[in-house]
Amino acid sequence: MNGNAAQQLDGDLQPGEGTSQYLTFRLGDEDYGVDILKVQEIKGWTEVTPMPNTPEAILGVINLRGSVVPVVDLRRHFGLAEVPRGPTTVIIVVRADDGKGSVRTIGVVVDSVSEVYNIPVSEVQPPPPAADGVCNAIAGLVTVDEEMIILLDIDNLMVNGVLGRLDEDPGEEPEQCAHNGESHEDQ
Amino acid sequence: MSMDLSEFLDVFLEECFEGLEVMESGLLNLDEGTDLEEINTIFRAAHSMKGGSAAFGFNHISEFTHVMETLLDQLRSGKRGVDRASVDLLLASVDVLRAMVEGLKSDERPDEEVVSDLTRRLQATIEALPDQAEEEAAGEKARPEETGAKNEEADSAESEAGEESGPPPADPPQAQDAPPSKPRLVKSSGARESSSIRVSIEKVDLLINLVGELVITQSMLNQVGEAILQRGGPEAESLLNGLAQLERNTRELQENVLQIRMLPISFAFNRFPRLVRDLSNKMGKKVELVLTGEQTEVDKTVLEKIGDPLVHLVRNALDHGLETPEARTAAGKPEKGRIELGAQHESGNIVIRISDDGAGLDREKILKKAVEKGLVNGREELSDERIDNLIFQPGFSTADRVSDLSGRGVGMDVVKRNINDLGGTVAIQSEPGKGSTVTIRLPLTLAILDGQLANVGEEIYILPLISIVESLQVRTGNLKSVAGAAELYRFRDEYIPIIRLNRLFGIRGGTDDLEKGLLVVVEAEGQHVGLFVDGLLGQQQVVIKSLETNFRQLQGLSGATILGDGRVALILDVPGLVRLFHETMNRPAAIAAVS
Repeated sequence: MNGNAAQQLDGDLQPGEGTSQYLTFRLGDEDYGVDILKVQEIKGWTEVTPMPNTPEAILGVINLRGSVVPVVDLRRHFGLAEVPRGPTTVIIVVRADDGKGSVRTIGVVVDSVSEVYNIPVSEVQPPPPAADGVCNAIAGLVTVDEEMIILLDIDNLMVNGVLGRLDEDPGEEPEQCAHNGESHEDQ
Repeated sequence: MSMDLSEFLDVFLEECFEGLEVMESGLLNLDEGTDLEEINTIFRAAHSMKGGSAAFGFNHISEFTHVMETLLDQLRSGKRGVDRASVDLLLASVDVLRAMVEGLKSDERPDEEVVSDLTRRLQATIEALPDQAEEEAAGEKARPEETGAKNEEADSAESEAGEESGPPPADPPQAQDAPPSKPRLVKSSGARESSSIRVSIEKVDLLINLVGELVITQSMLNQVGEAILQRGGPEAESLLNGLAQLERNTRELQENVLQIRMLPISFAFNRFPRLVRDLSNKMGKKVELVLTGEQTEVDKTVLEKIGDPLVHLVRNALDHGLETPEARTAAGKPEKGRIELGAQHESGNIVIRISDDGAGLDREKILKKAVEKGLVNGREELSDERIDNLIFQPGFSTADRVSDLSGRGVGMDVVKRNINDLGGTVAIQSEPGKGSTVTIRLPLTLAILDGQLANVGEEIYILPLISIVESLQVRTGNLKSVAGAAELYRFRDEYIPIIRLNRLFGIRGGTDDLEKGLLVVVEAEGQHVGLFVDGLLGQQQVVIKSLETNFRQLQGLSGATILGDGRVALILDVPGLVRLFHETMNRPAAIAAVS
């Protein structure tokens, strides 16, 4: 995904009218985007302290300049195959609003970060119903450079999707959220 | 209200509450004797509330304070002597005012009737000021019926300070053995007058975080410095000297920054003079409350959470501990009971003692009740101390009748739990006929913990040092199993359950061979358990970080900390760990899944 996308930023960091800026990253062959306003920082892979009795997708906690921050493995959360962490593996630190007045700082492990795009809101397509099953985690789809980018709703993904699972029995990894697309028709 | 005003509103509210406290403690001091300075302080507090509330357009508050102010002005100018009736009236006004201010937050108004009734009474008192008219009549008109009976103390107070004495008490004054020379119950604390600034707690916590980071960076630098010293060179020595100095300064900085969160315990104590005064009036008991060590400093969070348990304990002392004046006289004790509330530092803890000179605990009754409730079997011989402390057991309450004061379903067990939650302990000593003393021991701060580092596989966990009884190597001869599953260890004369941390937490790489690791015997809620870990590392003070901020609480963990190498280590919550263990034992499927 290099170079000539129409919306790619060339030092012009001001998003235009009706556009949003998205940071894109890769998980295997899939491209994802998060609203850049939700991103606090990007940090290299660092050893994580595992926490007991938490879902598989939560790798543990790291020290982020004195704060204890949980780290989520998006591959595991989405049920993708595991890959060894390489030199491009990074932790995107996001600030997720739980809708109840508190903002949580959470680290998200991804294979690599790609670009920052200015994406006109009008070009964002609604997510297909089947994909929307991932706990309303998908805000929409957009095509840049002939490639599809899945735009994530990080608040929903983190607060309802990842942290929400903690209320369930940690003994069994619930999968219904990621795979119940067919039963999910109310949105 | 527009945004900018609402920003100031918080400050205004805070100042109001402070002002109310000043007024209340000032008024309580007036009970003891008239002091012009005290009246002035109260007056100033009322006056600034009046001004502030008028500026915000809270006319109901400013009007009410205005009436109070007029009465205070009469006291201040000496036109009216300080007597119990007007103090009572002003205290009641402070209550109404507090309700009004609290109502601002929730947009509620206190009962109009109460307000207007009190305003009427205030006004009647003010107008009844006997310029040259007969004081008798004035007193009758002014004094509201329910406060009328309470002015026994009026004469003992030095009401001569103002030339004329106020309305004479209706009842013949009873002898009161309060020597006017004794120390003030509520000293308007000097701390309040010293210059200070108001800073939000978030800023302080941010500072604490940053200093914690600095400590870690500094210890990393130390390691680098030592490596450089190995290689030698002329600069190595001076680098190391510099690092040593940095270390000293960093530690000092950390101590001082943590100190910012510390407040004198008087903030928790200052409600008691009023509470005791009201309760003793209501119950017809005579009580002298003595506060000591109010300047003892304690972490703000501890301070906020210790208030309710203390109220409960003081109520208990008043309700169950102290006898009625008649019973006291019959027992040859002074009619007036004594409750002491004291705080002091003892070896890195803060110790609060609540003692009364009442009847002491009724051990027979406690034991009977405990047997009834099945807390003890009644056959074994229990030490007096053990019996006394049964009152902290869940489901225990000795009060035969449910009174307004105690027995509201909040028992001593809740007090104990609250204190345990703060990482503290509570115990009671009692001597029949002489009284009881409740001793609360609390950590100075919730920000720092004395920890024992233990490793399981690759992971390091922190055990609170306070919960460790001892650690020992497992001797297979002492191992027993129950129903083939639960493992017990014979520790002295007890069989204690073994909790294998690696299995409970699903940690990979921990040793499974009991003989190769260590058994740390810990105490949780009066029960001993053996925690099996690979080994123990050092002991150190750790800065506690909440997991809840960005994540959530996890059972068995009280938080996390950052070690010298920058790694995060989890802090174990021993009682929670034991509960988690029992839950998983009842859920064998989950255990199989974990191991």
